[in-house]
Amino acid sequence: METRYFGRGMRRNEDRRLLTGKALFVDDVQLPGMLHVAFKRSDVAHGYLRGVDVSAARERPGVVAVYTAEDLGEYWQPGPLLLPPPPIPGTVFHPRTQVPLAKGKVRHVGEPIAVIVAESRYIAEDAADDIWPDIDSLPAVIGLEEALLPGTVKVHDDLESNLAASVRQGKGDYAAARQEADLLLERRFYYDHGIAASMENRGVVASWDDRAQQLEIWDTTQAPIAIRNGLAGMLGLAESQVRVVAPFIGGGFGPKIMMFYPEEVLLPWISMRLGKPVKWIEDRAENFVATTHERDQIHWAEIALRRDGKLIGIRDKFIHDAGAYNPYGLTVPINSQCTLLGPYDVPNYDSRFEVVYTNKTLVTPYRGAGRQHGVFVMERLLDLGGRALGIDPVEMRRRNFLQPEDFPHNHGLIYQDFSELVYDSGNYEPALDKAVAMIGWRQFKEEKQPRARAEGKSLGIGLVSYVEGTGIGPYEGARVTVEPTGTVSVATGIGTQGQGHYTVFAQVVAEQLGIDPTKITVVTGDTKVFHWGAGTFASRGAVVAGNACHAAAVKVRGKILKMAADRLEAAEEDLELVGGKVQVRGVPAKSLDLGQLAREANPMRGAVTPGTEPGLEATCYFGPEYGTTASGVHAMVVELDRETFDVKILKYVVVHDCGTVINPLVLEGQIVGGVAQGIGNAFYEKIVYDSEGQLLTGSFADYLLPTAAEVPRIETDHVVTPSPLNPLGIKGAGEAGAIPVGPLFAQAVEDALGVGGPEILEIPLSPHRLWELTAAEEAAEEVR
Amino acid sequence: MKPAAFDYQAPSDLGEVLELLAEGGDDVKLLAGGQSLVPAMNFRLARPSLLIDLNGVPDLSYLHEESGELVIGAMTRQRQVERSPLVEKRLPLVHETMPWIAHQQIRNRGTFGGSLAHADPAAELPSVVLALEGRFHLRSRNGDRWVAADDFFQGLFETARQPDEILVEVAIPFQKPGSGWAFEEMARRAGDFAMVGVGVSFELAAGGAIEKARIGLVSVADKPILAPRAAAMLIGEKPSDALFRAAAATCAQEEIDPTDDLHATIDYRRHLTAVLLRRALERAAARATA
Repeated sequence: METRYFGRGMRRNEDRRLLTGKALFVDDVQLPGMLHVAFKRSDVAHGYLRGVDVSAARERPGVVAVYTAEDLGEYWQPGPLLLPPPPIPGTVFHPRTQVPLAKGKVRHVGEPIAVIVAESRYIAEDAADDIWPDIDSLPAVIGLEEALLPGTVKVHDDLESNLAASVRQGKGDYAAARQEADLLLERRFYYDHGIAASMENRGVVASWDDRAQQLEIWDTTQAPIAIRNGLAGMLGLAESQVRVVAPFIGGGFGPKIMMFYPEEVLLPWISMRLGKPVKWIEDRAENFVATTHERDQIHWAEIALRRDGKLIGIRDKFIHDAGAYNPYGLTVPINSQCTLLGPYDVPNYDSRFEVVYTNKTLVTPYRGAGRQHGVFVMERLLDLGGRALGIDPVEMRRRNFLQPEDFPHNHGLIYQDFSELVYDSGNYEPALDKAVAMIGWRQFKEEKQPRARAEGKSLGIGLVSYVEGTGIGPYEGARVTVEPTGTVSVATGIGTQGQGHYTVFAQVVAEQLGIDPTKITVVTGDTKVFHWGAGTFASRGAVVAGNACHAAAVKVRGKILKMAADRLEAAEEDLELVGGKVQVRGVPAKSLDLGQLAREANPMRGAVTPGTEPGLEATCYFGPEYGTTASGVHAMVVELDRETFDVKILKYVVVHDCGTVINPLVLEGQIVGGVAQGIGNAFYEKIVYDSEGQLLTGSFADYLLPTAAEVPRIETDHVVTPSPLNPLGIKGAGEAGAIPVGPLFAQAVEDALGVGGPEILEIPLSPHRLWELTAAEEAAEEVR
Repeated sequence: MKPAAFDYQAPSDLGEVLELLAEGGDDVKLLAGGQSLVPAMNFRLARPSLLIDLNGVPDLSYLHEESGELVIGAMTRQRQVERSPLVEKRLPLVHETMPWIAHQQIRNRGTFGGSLAHADPAAELPSVVLALEGRFHLRSRNGDRWVAADDFFQGLFETARQPDEILVEVAIPFQKPGSGWAFEEMARRAGDFAMVGVGVSFELAAGGAIEKARIGLVSVADKPILAPRAAAMLIGEKPSDALFRAAAATCAQEEIDPTDDLHATIDYRRHLTAVLLRRALERAAARATA
């Protein structure tokens, strides 16, 4: 390879457009005659819907149409079950999926009851105020444990209880391991509810062209191809009649791959019915109740340890909150179950979970997608076990890491992608050593912390490690085309929500074609340009679509070399691609411009040889056998105000291993952004429902996102353990920053609170909660 | 999140504003910086029939000294107050408080008078102006009147301002050179409303004993309040740790009436009040000279 574009920390191709306001977002789409849509949503969490009076709304001037579930006729269908349960013996699974508009029952605050189409959004919202649903309220099912108590009202009347699923997986023989343990430690852990809170809310524009018989949809989805295919089926159209564009999107994080949101189902139907383009842009108040949430799990977990800190087993039982429906099946709790094992050698594991329906907004994957819950439980158990045995957190982890010779490591569990949970590669100690050095662990413990204590300051340190299953199948594709201008176009089917795809895919292709990545145009998320693939989720864009880009670029490179070898009368292996040209190695005088070659590859006269294709173009696909496992270590130092219990992060380091790095700048952005989100989850963000299922945190005044003032400078470094599962050796990095922040906060704060302080067994924390826990511990201490 | 329909007027002089107020009735809202009102309208929590935009009205934005008081026009942006050397010199407690109000972007639009007239008990300015014994200049078509801070704040978002009146300006007596002062606050994030905030000001007599102590409290009652009992405990005493602890404890237990919310319980607010008041008094004492 002549020029290294791959691996270079170049700035992002897309940033100029984004920073100068030239990027197209869904709300930028303006079409002639476009109408605006608003929803009447339930403000009751649970109840029988006896009727909806829309007559006043229909009469309001400027209102074009109002629809309820009855108006949808046959089109009213519950959404598809996106993922059936993985093939785990003994699994119980009662799926119930969301509906376009409530019929018969409302099951969470924010569930749409009627849809209003009007000349402006203002009028549509005025009309929403005119609509009076007749609802017989039922008690709301809110608490996870309460949901399963006998006699609790049922969210879905046709089920026996609020149990949505139960799964048991494990390995070894935990009961036997328990007998051999020197220390058994059991705790109840609670990980609370949160939301992704993307900068851009959701939005859909749909436009049916009756002459062309074509439906165009702009959608803030992470999976435009799946949306197109699904909608075509629902609307009775051929897939080729539907174009879905996922343009620039201000953050996805998982909730934008929920399928299908009621709004996504309704807008195209309305456009076809009215013959007009229609637009719905979700506002922030809607986003809190209508876009899917994540987490809320209670774990009862036990760790079995030997005296030397060696982990011999874990037993875990947990309840997972599905919210009102579970179209995503078991993805999130399976992630929790599998990711709990972390980078450790766990010979015996017994894990059970129950999924419950509650009267809350649906729970679907959000950055981390349940992984952080498992990591929280494991890391906390190691910390508390280590404390009891007098072994420090660094050593506890070092003694239990899987070793380089253990890979590939098969845990014998079934993962969310239905394949066995196999770690492809890993090397954990070097990352631990780097993190320990970067955070200054020994110096902190021996000098800084005691000195600060003497000065009346409470400092604490923490270090946690984790793995992340990334880059799962099924497949993605890419088409690489050398244009007659000599520039290169790349198209892939995944959507982009800020990850830097326009840059890293360009770098992957540039590496093969010897062309400056800034001259490569990448198109993502437009089904008219590329219509095969799955979508952006599970930290898989770079791994799966990146390798498809690589494969297509290698194929185009082969075509270039073959053509050039003829024309330059040289052997292919004597040629090189450099600076947009193909030339005889070291002889710039004997060269051909790639644009020229592209034109010659598409001749107007003469015969194209049988078996050859016109143009310098190739389309390739990549589907990994199973997911690749990334890993990392986070460490931080905090200062705790012993009177107010406010926590300030003084230092934060991340050492990450996602295999081969395509662009260290983009990677750092992913990690830092993830840590910021993790800090929010750990210390600021908390979704609160009251006992009647009313959301009490319905704005950013109450749901606290961390701002630049709360997120410290984050130092990053890398260890590179390439994945053997793909030609580029890369692993996913999208979720890594967010996953282990909760247990890290808990450990560091516990350390700052010092001996005699409370155990931290829950997330999120807050100054108020830390004060409460400390006061309770002090009261308990006095009793003792 | 679109507001309900409303009428909008943008008068170009104060007389017109007074006419509109006199005729408008109870559903009229004055738009100053809009940092609280506009979100409330977008949530449809506020549904004014008429919005009178003050941003085109001249001569409501100023800062000047007048017989021992600093007079601040109601439409003076919070950021201007924050950066004013006059405020820093004459009202250092206000100067220290300003950065605690929301974020810089909000202070660029938010006005000094708007925050006071809104009278949110979780906002910083009302309590601090109360502690500094400010006076409020109200005007209507029928004339002018001045209201002392003690009488101005009457309840949750309630003031002595009548529906036909506008707050024109606020006059605050200079803090005496050598006086002690400090503002302390605990918020969840930089720029959030206070869980508890404390503004203190006192002077020292020649012998070093405290005189003229005022303590203003944020977010611990349904309106901005003072802590007269704690202040009284300070009078005639020399600053000491024990004194400040005792006064702070008295204030936290006896003088506040906090409520629970999502971010702080009543007990935690009492605890914070004791901690923050003690800290504020310590810092004030370190600044004070006899």
